[in-house]
Amino acid sequence: MQREVWITGRGLISALGEGGVAHWAALQDPARWRAAVDEKSFAPFPIHPIAALDLDRFISKKGDQRAMGPLMHYAVAATGLALQEAGLAGDGAALARTDLVVAGPGGERDIAVDEQILAGLDQAPNQGAFLNERLLNDLRPTLFLAQLPNLIAGNISIVHGVTGSSRTFMGEEIAGIDAARDAFARIAAGQSDAALVAGVFNASRWDMMLLYRPSGLLLDGPWQPLWHRHRAGMALGSLAAALVLESPDHAQARGRRAIAKLTALQADRSRRTPGAAVLAAEQQWATAATHLRRGEVGLLSGACGSGPITAEERDLLAGWGGNHGGIPVRGTAGAWGHAVEASFLGNLALAITCLEQGELFPPLDPNEPLEAPWRGPALTQMLVTGWGHHRGEGLALLEAP
Amino acid sequence: MARRDISRPVAITGIGILTSLGEGREENWRRLTAGHSGITRIRRFPIDHLRTSIAGTIDFLAIDGQDTPLLTLEAACRVVREALAQSGLGQPGDFPGPLFLAGPPIEHEWPQRRSFAERARSTAYPAMAAATQVSNDAHERFLNGFIADRIADEFGTLGAPATISTACASGATVIQLGVEAIRRGDAAAVLALGADASVQPEAIIRFSLLSALSTANLDPAQAAKPFSKNRDGFVMAEGAAAFVLEDEAAAKARGAEILGYVLGCGEAADNFHRTRSSPDGAPIIRCMRNALADAGLDPEAIDHVNAHGTGTPENDKMETMGLQAVFGERLASVPVSSNKSMIGHTLTAAGLIEAGFAMLTLRDQLLPPTINYREPDPAIPLDVVPNQARPARVRRILSNSFGFGGQNTCLVLGLDAA
Repeated sequence: MQREVWITGRGLISALGEGGVAHWAALQDPARWRAAVDEKSFAPFPIHPIAALDLDRFISKKGDQRAMGPLMHYAVAATGLALQEAGLAGDGAALARTDLVVAGPGGERDIAVDEQILAGLDQAPNQGAFLNERLLNDLRPTLFLAQLPNLIAGNISIVHGVTGSSRTFMGEEIAGIDAARDAFARIAAGQSDAALVAGVFNASRWDMMLLYRPSGLLLDGPWQPLWHRHRAGMALGSLAAALVLESPDHAQARGRRAIAKLTALQADRSRRTPGAAVLAAEQQWATAATHLRRGEVGLLSGACGSGPITAEERDLLAGWGGNHGGIPVRGTAGAWGHAVEASFLGNLALAITCLEQGELFPPLDPNEPLEAPWRGPALTQMLVTGWGHHRGEGLALLEAP
Repeated sequence: MARRDISRPVAITGIGILTSLGEGREENWRRLTAGHSGITRIRRFPIDHLRTSIAGTIDFLAIDGQDTPLLTLEAACRVVREALAQSGLGQPGDFPGPLFLAGPPIEHEWPQRRSFAERARSTAYPAMAAATQVSNDAHERFLNGFIADRIADEFGTLGAPATISTACASGATVIQLGVEAIRRGDAAAVLALGADASVQPEAIIRFSLLSALSTANLDPAQAAKPFSKNRDGFVMAEGAAAFVLEDEAAAKARGAEILGYVLGCGEAADNFHRTRSSPDGAPIIRCMRNALADAGLDPEAIDHVNAHGTGTPENDKMETMGLQAVFGERLASVPVSSNKSMIGHTLTAAGLIEAGFAMLTLRDQLLPPTINYREPDPAIPLDVVPNQARPARVRRILSNSFGFGGQNTCLVLGLDAA
């Protein structure tokens, strides 16, 4: 049994704002999204932060707010928006049957505690004993709960009541693709009727700079457009995205319609020898291309900005467009930063807005030929790519309902 | 909830196990059924000031360095080799199916942070980020996708490898993911893998601060005492297990020996509290019932329960309440073992390791004991197979895994396809 997979709700929060409408507005004017780049807080690394959320709107209990760090706040907020749009928010019986699938990293560390302990370790006569003593005294007991990746889902379940099942995927960009694929495959095959799938990343963290900078992956100068950066090309961006996926029967029984259809979703992992990512993506393209209608297709790329792999993807996408009467591309990390685990889901959510608008937003990088202005008739199909900075290649096709 | 779908039976054709009891399926089974404990004093790092200074470690692997991701990877590789050798499926470096990994979250640990600080001559994160340069190889090692990535490289699994964290339920979740992929027809074979070697100071302390660990440090082998009245927490432990899962028809077609079947999988999330389970036990009851429904079986079909049985006061009480609701009066005649009394709590790997032991229970018709059972808890009227293994007629086992943070997964495992 292969069923259609409908998207009936979405939540999207990034440096560009909250929700599809806000994103569309911010993307109309380069000065607006450019102003959301923060080149100071984590200098020399530019980041794309999420502006302070009004937590009371998303998480009513103060105790719940305190139990999480920003990463989990973002995830709970975006999933709340998605459930709202899908008309599921507060529907306890339906939520108890909704499957939850999350992609995310670990939560924030207490950087101040880390730095204090490191400073003391140097002078300590017995370093092991010192470390144990300081950790026992200085770590907040509840900090662990804000750090475990599976507690992103745990908090979504607690705040929103989604309890059908709960799965958390880890592993950088692949995690987001895997999470979406797990929900998509289960619904298509009849193993699930409704799923809430979410991805989240917080860029405003020095521990993330320390993870990605040492191997030379972070953009460490003034911000630049996405497509022609050096290897040190990633500008991280905070993002949370959530989708409600449903079988048509399940949605119709609730009186809901699709805001978009998810027609295909593929995930792969090449070994990243030269040309291997392209080969993997070409195989995915062969499946997706049979569905495409010339002149009605746009593409959101998850290119991370790290030079070599972004250049490989750029050349491939140019070839796809060339063979298909032109497929205008937007490298969204240029506008909201590279959101790692949340990157693929963020682009899926934004693709829905593009389908609703019937066109692509203006080019983010006017000097890159891939990013041609949208000139066609109505946009009805959106491709989304997700290539990890290190591993993983994903491709999805969304269609207007 | 997954719809019941048993049209495509899922067979197990290879099992690999490594725990603090030793390396290898048979060695583990021999020691487990002899009632041995793998819990010892921690020797990997200084234990000064620790409230809990015992664990089930796999120090016998003796890899270079202290990085827990590398130790986890080594354990993972070994159990995969053992499972593949038993199944005879695929060629070296060429496994014909996807990988689902249950693994721990990975981040820089204190040895890395200290070396960054030394090189930067500063303990400030901005200075460390600016001054540190590492190779690609060193970068990969602290990505959450690291272990799955290396396993995919070494064993040539197909497609995007998935790394799952449903906390202590992860090992059971990856079996479920594999079963679903096979039932969908996405794959004829799946490598389900769980590996966790996370015993390092911060991890022990984080669990300590939540009062989750046993502090019975004086006699490590007697510290883990699930279902006993004097139980005082779980014992953190390391280990790994791998299953080769196959579409039964495909396994038969290649003449593989079928060790048993995954008959059903159930999930249910608990949204009561971050560290406490629902006081009415509803989520774990629903989880067990979902697994039974997925298998198309009534509770009467279950001969034995491989319990989550962590040995925390809360888990064992709630698990008992859940079992009472599911099995009713018949529970008195359904033996319930906790492997964790011997191997400790192997965290993300636990669901897979314990499912492995459940398969060996079926093979040898021998129930592993719950050791350290000396003070029965009147509130837990279970037949826990106290202290000594017991021969029994066993066709189907329910294996429970309840994750910290609310993720629960139960499996029904059987000797026969139905």
